[in-house]
Amino acid sequence: MWNYTDKVVDHYKNPRNVGSIEDADAIGEAGSLSCGDMLKLYLKVDKNGIITDAKFQTFGCGSAVASSSILTEMVIGKHIDEARKITNKQIVDELGGLPPEKMHCSVMGHEALEAAIANYYNEEITIHNDEELVCNCFDISKSFLINEIKANSLKTLEDVINYTKAGGACGRCQGKIKDILDEINGVQQQKEEQLTKTQMIIKINNIIEKYISPELRKDGGDIELIDVEDYQIKVKLSGRCQSCNRSKLTLTHFVEATLKEHINDNIEIIQV
Amino acid sequence: MTNSRIIYLDNNATTKVDKKVVEAMLPYFSENYGNPSSMYELGGKNSKVIQESRETIKEFFGAKNAKEILFTASGSESANTAIRGILSADRSKNHLITTKVEHPCVLNLHKQLEKEGYKITYIGVNSIGEINEDELYDAVNEKTALVSCMYANNETGTIFPVEEIAEKVKSKNRNTKIFVDAVQTAGKIKLDVQNTEIDFMGISGHKFHAPKGIGALYIKSPNLITPLVIGGHQESGKRAGTENVPYIVGMAKAAQMAQDSLEYELTTVKRLRDKLETAILSKIYNARLNSSSQNRVPNTTNIGFEYVEGELILLNMNDYGICASSGSACTSGSLDPSHVLKAMGIPFTALHGSIRFSLSRYNTEEEIDFTIEKMPKIMEKLTKISPFQKELAELKRRKGLI
Repeated sequence: MWNYTDKVVDHYKNPRNVGSIEDADAIGEAGSLSCGDMLKLYLKVDKNGIITDAKFQTFGCGSAVASSSILTEMVIGKHIDEARKITNKQIVDELGGLPPEKMHCSVMGHEALEAAIANYYNEEITIHNDEELVCNCFDISKSFLINEIKANSLKTLEDVINYTKAGGACGRCQGKIKDILDEINGVQQQKEEQLTKTQMIIKINNIIEKYISPELRKDGGDIELIDVEDYQIKVKLSGRCQSCNRSKLTLTHFVEATLKEHINDNIEIIQV
Repeated sequence: MTNSRIIYLDNNATTKVDKKVVEAMLPYFSENYGNPSSMYELGGKNSKVIQESRETIKEFFGAKNAKEILFTASGSESANTAIRGILSADRSKNHLITTKVEHPCVLNLHKQLEKEGYKITYIGVNSIGEINEDELYDAVNEKTALVSCMYANNETGTIFPVEEIAEKVKSKNRNTKIFVDAVQTAGKIKLDVQNTEIDFMGISGHKFHAPKGIGALYIKSPNLITPLVIGGHQESGKRAGTENVPYIVGMAKAAQMAQDSLEYELTTVKRLRDKLETAILSKIYNARLNSSSQNRVPNTTNIGFEYVEGELILLNMNDYGICASSGSACTSGSLDPSHVLKAMGIPFTALHGSIRFSLSRYNTEEEIDFTIEKMPKIMEKLTKISPFQKELAELKRRKGLI
């Protein structure tokens, strides 16, 4: 049995604002019958853009009903542009939390709200009909996954399944999801690697110590780091390397290649 | 829980342990605790106790000889012991046949064996959950080591003609072994394994009012298996580990009581099940029977409530203390709805809202009447939340016409 918070229990037992609004100013839908959950959200908006009423109809489990119910309470009284800022995380927080496996219920709430607001502004809802689906079981596109992964800082395949359901049925797309995760989190990793000059020097010295010097020492030479300017790395060859006429070759082929492998392709070696 | 009263209609999941079973077990914890393998009387007499229990379980299976009975710790262990045991005893064949609707202990084992290099044929079922027999017989070839087929399905209660299947499979290949998972039949219909061609049959104690953690495997003589658990000489070398004396005694007691109640199952339990089923189908317009097979265990009915989700139904039933199960994706943590209902081709409209009610001889008429009274109220509340109002209205209209 799920470990639902009292608030979740209260909201599925006594859902607020159930039903439809005949003359709704905005209607948003998310999910589908075949996927196992679906939410239809109706909004009444006054001339100042304030949401005066919200109703919902949900096909789904306890946490789906609770997410929908609390969402209606959250939007009523808000300006539509304020409501637009509501995230799925806020829905979860308002409920006092959801079991990890049920996070997708809050995502569905958020999706329906987005759809309703887009409907209010007569915006083209970005349905990626022509886009390749990643998960065929739940009709989930790559762009949707990327959005959710970024919005909720999802790190693992399990996170993605819990939040979006993608990969949670037949499992055939799990490889693709991992690739997308790598793509996104890989990009972040590169950003994180904007090192300070000192950090860069330490890093380069470590690489030299571990991979480069031992090889040069075998031939009676060595290398010394002089300065680092972004990716320009100034080094000085010493010992027998200094006089060796193949030193240029050593630098470009071996030293540069090694540093490129461990840092990145922008590395440029300058002998001083 | 708002209601302290419990109406337990989930007996295919597990059952309550009969007090008489507990009583029978108690002396074997702190009084007669000896190891059956020991040479002194405190232990040695437990060896006799196990022998007597084995006789009882033999009778329960309808087996010829008590030596054909192996005690295990669960239905899952029985299945794994039989299937793995057969394959490692005879490595000349690489093909297995099973059904798409087996319990995970058989289905997932086959998926594992597939990874290990075996070829597996999965046989489907029709829309009311009956196995496609011809498809099964066509799949048998000279490389077929084993056919595994459940006796009754846990979700729908549909009984498979395992005796006929065993005969026909053997007529195509004498050397193909037959394993039958009888976990959902034991205690519900009479087992009579000795007059069949079935080689192996597994049962689990907690489905017939014995405690969890005890099961049995019938191994038709002279079949051989390689043991799963290697160690001491217990269970004739087929399963190492000191015998679980109190649980073996408990399962034997429960088997005896179940055997004595078989007639009651087929009459009273069946009548109550039918009463519940008929009432729900007639009183609730979005209810549909998922398995209408005539060949069902007497305690089970699986009903789909269209356009309403199963977990939500169970949570609302729980408020009245009514316990049942759902084939909905949401109840399992997996996002996939029941593999059984999917194999039957149950429409999406009802798939996620399918509820299994499984009775036992402990259910009373009053409990069933209470459930019959509450279910329409629950469904009236929940259909109002559904976004499929138009479709529901259409169902209501059609049901009204009929």
